[in-house]
Amino acid sequence: MPAEQNNTAKTYFWNDEKTRAILYQIVTAVFVAFIGYYLISNVQTNMEKQSIASGFGFIEKEAAFEIGESLIEYSAADTYGRALLVGVLNTLKVSLIGMILTTILGTFIGVCTLSSNWLISKFGTLYVELFQNIPVLLQLFFFYALFYEIFPPPRQALNPITGVFITNRGIDFPVPASDPVWGYIGLAFVAACIVIWLVYRWAVKRQERSGQQFPTFWVGLGILLGLPLLTWVVNGAPTEMDVPVLKGFNFQGGRNISPEFSALLIGLVLYTASFIAQIVRAGIQSISHGQTEAAMSIGLKPGLVLKLVIFPQALRVIVPPLTSQLLNLTKNSSLAVAIGYPDFVQVAGTTINQTGQAVEGVAMMMLVYLTFSLLTSAFMNWYNKKIKLVER
Amino acid sequence: MKLWKSLFIGCSLVAVSAGLAFADNGDTLKDVQAKGYIQVGVNGDLFGFGKADQKGVWKGLDVDTARAVAVAVFGDYKDRLRYTPLTAKTRFTALQSKEIDVLTRNCTQTLGRDTSLGLDFVQVNYYDGQGFMVPKALGVKNAKELGGATVCVLPGTTTEQNAADFFRSNNMEWKTVTIENTAELSQAFWAGRCDVLTSDASQLAGLRASAPKPEDYMILPEIISKEPLAPAVRHGDNQWKDIVNYAVLAMINAEELGITSANVDEMLQSKDPKIQRFLGVSPGNGAALGLDEKFAYNIIKQVGNYGEVFERNVGVNTPLGIERGLNALWTDGGLMYSPPFK
Repeated sequence: MPAEQNNTAKTYFWNDEKTRAILYQIVTAVFVAFIGYYLISNVQTNMEKQSIASGFGFIEKEAAFEIGESLIEYSAADTYGRALLVGVLNTLKVSLIGMILTTILGTFIGVCTLSSNWLISKFGTLYVELFQNIPVLLQLFFFYALFYEIFPPPRQALNPITGVFITNRGIDFPVPASDPVWGYIGLAFVAACIVIWLVYRWAVKRQERSGQQFPTFWVGLGILLGLPLLTWVVNGAPTEMDVPVLKGFNFQGGRNISPEFSALLIGLVLYTASFIAQIVRAGIQSISHGQTEAAMSIGLKPGLVLKLVIFPQALRVIVPPLTSQLLNLTKNSSLAVAIGYPDFVQVAGTTINQTGQAVEGVAMMMLVYLTFSLLTSAFMNWYNKKIKLVER
Repeated sequence: MKLWKSLFIGCSLVAVSAGLAFADNGDTLKDVQAKGYIQVGVNGDLFGFGKADQKGVWKGLDVDTARAVAVAVFGDYKDRLRYTPLTAKTRFTALQSKEIDVLTRNCTQTLGRDTSLGLDFVQVNYYDGQGFMVPKALGVKNAKELGGATVCVLPGTTTEQNAADFFRSNNMEWKTVTIENTAELSQAFWAGRCDVLTSDASQLAGLRASAPKPEDYMILPEIISKEPLAPAVRHGDNQWKDIVNYAVLAMINAEELGITSANVDEMLQSKDPKIQRFLGVSPGNGAALGLDEKFAYNIIKQVGNYGEVFERNVGVNTPLGIERGLNALWTDGGLMYSPPFK
């Protein structure tokens, strides 16, 4: 409505565009609130009518079921709350390791598909076509079946290296027996990372100032290995190991990587990597070939061309779709239920089944996956901003 | 334009939610009669209880139980049943959400399930108990030797909890492998992913019958739990519950009275008032349930009595080879007992 008409005496408030807009907003809000209230109260009355229990009281109750693998101490005598926490941690474990591995593998395959070497580029293409076009659930079944069908039972375990046993129950390997020294070494490792970061900053500044290069990589590697090693030697170099031994049905001691976890991790990493490879390829191809030629002409080696010229620009194209692939990996990890890895969905599913509280259970599942996804997006958005082209 | 669009969307939302509001537990019988078939939740993977054969024909004790219900409601079961195969984890939600009308899927009746899951169990159609199956090569003779073993178990079952209780109370270490799908789980067991498969003894017998080499496996003698398997309906629909309940009981009562699918027509001439009432020769029972007076006759004629159903699906002459045991009539030392039909 044109503004000049507001001057006439006959303008009613419902003819005013602004007032009307606000009115619509209020009506819509009331409407949405009403529907929300209606749906919730409907669920409540129906659940009461069917005498289905509700509320989150079950979290404090004894779970009374066992979970195959756990990062924290857990037994059937613990509560549902703790069981669900075990599930969350298991999902986190497979997602985090999966995200890192799939990014590395995907980038590698993506670069391969662009190689000028016929064999390498065809290998990359074949990989992408193969893994991208087979449903991930089938791949999981395949890798899981592969594990228990080809590896022998514990009593005929494969023993490739002393102390390492491969069976259809997974891979058992020795770990250092518990000793406070290993805690110190962990700290030394963290300290080494911080030192390397400082050295890197210093080296970059020095190069910008004076043009002199510093062998950051080799010095960094030295610090990374040297500092923990030094800690180990200073603390008396303990060598006692916790070696897996066949006792009764299974190996006891050491650590075990289960077939369920391995199959899930391999399946998710290989599948997601095929998509990431495509994203990386697209990102690199979005940089005009002239840039490569220009970089070559000033005498940079092919590796440096990628590292210094192509990747910094390609990343801006790569990161947003990469984020969504990493989110996909987390969400696909819920397929674990099919091959018996006790992830959050499996534990929550069992909880729902035993308590009958599907509404609460599904709400928790949604909340957990939403949190994972939002955290991942937040991190990737931060990274995306950081690598944004600095405009002057 | 935009206004009309949002108004339209709003109106349809109201319509949909109003539709939801009517979805209460009311009248399963009317629903079923209106749509002309019963949607039944079954196992799908369990030989002897609920599994389709190579031609796609559903067979099993639970399937026959569902047939008895269909016959009671419609007078015959041809095209009157639609099957929804359910896993242990999805079965109760399917019933709660009205995806199915009745659940005949080897479900253990427990107090917790009866009270907090919004469902009601009816007459038990199989008295079971939990057992352990191991490969003979393992050399295990009883369940107390299973300390440290890896155990395959279906998630979300009473057997999962019973096994946890058993190992805890005997102070034995164990590891679980839980896979939701029975077929996938048994596949992992045949391949040696776990040392032990635990489940209801009847289910173990059924799975063993479908093993690549059944003779390589044995079921350990211990039975560690009570597993009364019963059909279930939604809580609060009493008439439907009565119908399902008395459809199962009719098969048991028929066996008590010596009525079989072969002699049921002769029995119509019987002078015994119990038999006359049961078969609907003297009316009353059918009307009381809201069914045809001949419902019991139809069930026995088309499905058979409990003994026939048992022997046909899981009895000694089937690959499962299960003795009647607890599932014999009370007069033969079992637990099957029907209240009078009057």
